Amino acid sequence: MKRKILLGVSALKMVASLYLVFLYVPTEEAMGIVQRIFYFHVPVAWVAFLAFFIVFLGSILYLWKKDSKWDVIASSSAEVGVVFATLLLITGSIWAKPIWGVWWTWEPRLTTALVLWLIYIAYLIVRSFATEESRGARFAAVVGIVGFIDVPIVALAITLWRTQHPGPVIFQGGLTPPMLLTLLICISAFTTLYLLLLMQRISMKNDEIEIRRLKELCR
Amino acid sequence: MENAGYLFAAFAIIWAVVFGYVLFVFNRQRKLRREIDSLKEALKGKEVEQ
Repeated sequence: MKRKILLGVSALKMVASLYLVFLYVPTEEAMGIVQRIFYFHVPVAWVAFLAFFIVFLGSILYLWKKDSKWDVIASSSAEVGVVFATLLLITGSIWAKPIWGVWWTWEPRLTTALVLWLIYIAYLIVRSFATEESRGARFAAVVGIVGFIDVPIVALAITLWRTQHPGPVIFQGGLTPPMLLTLLICISAFTTLYLLLLMQRISMKNDEIEIRRLKELCR
Repeated sequence: MENAGYLFAAFAIIWAVVFGYVLFVFNRQRKLRREIDSLKEALKGKEVEQ
């Protein structure tokens, strides 16, 4: 029931986001219409960071409490996070082509974001290829904790180094009120979507655990 | 509208990936639930036999 409500809320927020992005917000002067990618590029980045923060917390709690429920949360969040990190790289690349003239450049923000994606791909691979499930969970938890270091590095890359990537605008008053409203609604929509996907993925993992338990009993 | 193609490509990819993943997750859960139900039936049958 909760998930159905969340699905409905998520759908409504997405429709509102589409209306705001395509019909409400004014076109940015310097970059033109393609700048509207910003209203989805930033929210998917935010969700990827949030997802990897949940992986970080879940991993710490799993190693500390040795309760598999934290591993279920961490691994579910990692999978959803990788989906959003992939979207971050793709939307960034599509935005870069008309503005910078290239699909990709090895500048700090893009490079650290790619590293972040690779870290969490490694997290998922470590789990899949472990010979024993609990060992895989422990190794993955270590990756999830250490790998989180890259999240603040990605976030701060545009202030720590000279980059081609646009500088910070959100907290620096660089957005007009309609732009800020549109961005906040989009962030809210994607966050709700993340919560829905996380809950669904956790439920799936619990079902997989139940299936293994039932198969053991059936032997 | 200059660069509109890039804008629509980005949105098309986002929605394709998001919908694809949502469909995958919901369908997979349906299959898992069916498997749980059939395992529970099998277990009930086994208990009755015993």
